[in-house]
Amino acid sequence: MSVRDLEKQSMRIREWVLRSIAEAGSGHTGGSLGLADVFAVLYFQILRHRPEDPSWAHRDRLVLSIGHVAPVLYASLALSGYFPEEELLTLRKLGSRLQGHPGRDHGLPGVELSAGSLGQGLSVSVGMALSAKHLNTDWRGYSIHGDGELQEGAIWEAAMSAAHHKLDNLVAIVDRNHVQIDGYTKEVMEIEPLEDKFRAFGWEVLHCDGHDHAHIRSTLQNAPITPGVPTVVIAKTNMGKGVPHIENDYRWHGKPLPKKELESFINALYHG
Amino acid sequence: MDSNKQYHNLGDKPTRLGFGQGLKEAGQRNPRVVALGADITGSVNVNLFKEEFPGRFFSLGIAEQNAAAVCAGMALSGLIPVFTTYAAFSVMRTADQMRVSICYNNVHTIIGGAHAGISVGPDGATHQALEDIAVTRSLPNMTVLSPCDANQTHQAVIAAIEKINGPVYIRFGREAAPNFTPENTPLVPGKGQCLKEGEDITIIATGHMVWHALQAAYTLEKDNINARVINIHTIKPIDKEIIIRAARETKKIVTAEEHQVTGGLGAAVTEVSAQNYPVPVKITGMPDCFGESGEPKELMNKYGLSSQNLEKQCRIMMEQTP
Repeated sequence: MSVRDLEKQSMRIREWVLRSIAEAGSGHTGGSLGLADVFAVLYFQILRHRPEDPSWAHRDRLVLSIGHVAPVLYASLALSGYFPEEELLTLRKLGSRLQGHPGRDHGLPGVELSAGSLGQGLSVSVGMALSAKHLNTDWRGYSIHGDGELQEGAIWEAAMSAAHHKLDNLVAIVDRNHVQIDGYTKEVMEIEPLEDKFRAFGWEVLHCDGHDHAHIRSTLQNAPITPGVPTVVIAKTNMGKGVPHIENDYRWHGKPLPKKELESFINALYHG
Repeated sequence: MDSNKQYHNLGDKPTRLGFGQGLKEAGQRNPRVVALGADITGSVNVNLFKEEFPGRFFSLGIAEQNAAAVCAGMALSGLIPVFTTYAAFSVMRTADQMRVSICYNNVHTIIGGAHAGISVGPDGATHQALEDIAVTRSLPNMTVLSPCDANQTHQAVIAAIEKINGPVYIRFGREAAPNFTPENTPLVPGKGQCLKEGEDITIIATGHMVWHALQAAYTLEKDNINARVINIHTIKPIDKEIIIRAARETKKIVTAEEHQVTGGLGAAVTEVSAQNYPVPVKITGMPDCFGESGEPKELMNKYGLSSQNLEKQCRIMMEQTP
């Protein structure tokens, strides 16, 4: 897919993120918008998957460890063809397959893991990548993490184990937007020097501009750099990207946009 | 299980050894079974599996939270992971990972809780898991097994791997304890076992306490008190029918477990009785306190986890509730 087409998919993802959260009346707008470009590249370029056959044995596994940005996952799945786009408007509603945090028990196709309690997804991805090696299959594991999430100790247990077991079929992506619910990450709990931390734990560290589709794509395509070494991609993003009104403002981490302003924001998405 | 025979100790044997042997046997039958270790592999007898199938054993280090969620990833990828360490850590340390990654995802994963109960002995309170039943029993989708001796623990692992398709917690102990159930008797999950008939009172026990319950019942019989003895090896889903029948037919229940009196077997039995056929229930177990160092037998006696105390509790209840 051309970069221009990937950009178009990002816009459609963002539009659905805004519409679905506005309809729900609650949800994490900022992080979902910030990851739209990474998700467009993953779902429309990088992942080996078959939306018409969600349990295809050879598919790559994408684990969303930060379940609170479910809207960006759901929009990406719908636009990939896993289920009808209109269903996105049932987000967070009673009886919906689109739970506030992904829940496999509700049967939404394409959801690999029920997750939402931070710090567990990397371990699950380690389990998947270990299994792929053990079963001699060639699918890869991708896990998506928040930067604030890296404050969870279990992340580093998982990081240690991925290197120990030489999981070069695992790529972790960190949404580095410097923002969490209470404020700026460096004020809530500093996670730097992040690259040094991952390197010390035995990982290969790559960086990319999380809003530059060509850069995201080439970075992900480069992994793994070294056989036997897991890769982390630190994607620099702006929380709330695409809606200038809320961009990088931590107060928009966990709440919806006012519904009456929705159309003007969507208009701004497409026309800047 | 035969309720007319008298059970004899076939020889003391630690339930952890039964676990290790059962795991190895299940592993021989199914190549998808893999084991995860958190450093104390020999102590929990998973070394039997590891030596037989070195390529199917994964060392995760002293990092239980990670290991539990790794299990979820493996189960989602088609393996049947068995993660075993001391119950104090495999359950209490991983509660959130068990809740979300394992139970909410409803994956076929076996968590082994070794060294459960106060009979761990000299290691003291930190290593005596006495709250694990309460935690695991409250998790949706979880099956909780608490076999009564080494032979049954062997069968419990096999049942967990071959008869259940979801998360399973298996609780077992460290010390050599009477091994009295017949070998090679398959465990039927969710089915309580009447080990002795009786009409006057029922002792419902789990784990090591089942043997003590039998001894108490055999002694009471000499005084013409006929106590029924029920082994609950599956605490969840619990066998409601056998409990309701005991309540209806004997009108009195004493429960016994190496666990806190809150949230464990006694609580589960009371929930069933109170909502279906209310009768007095005396719950014996750890009285909402931490354990301490001591020899296993000394500790069991001190905290009333003995056949003598069960016998006494039955006599008190017989007097109070004619």
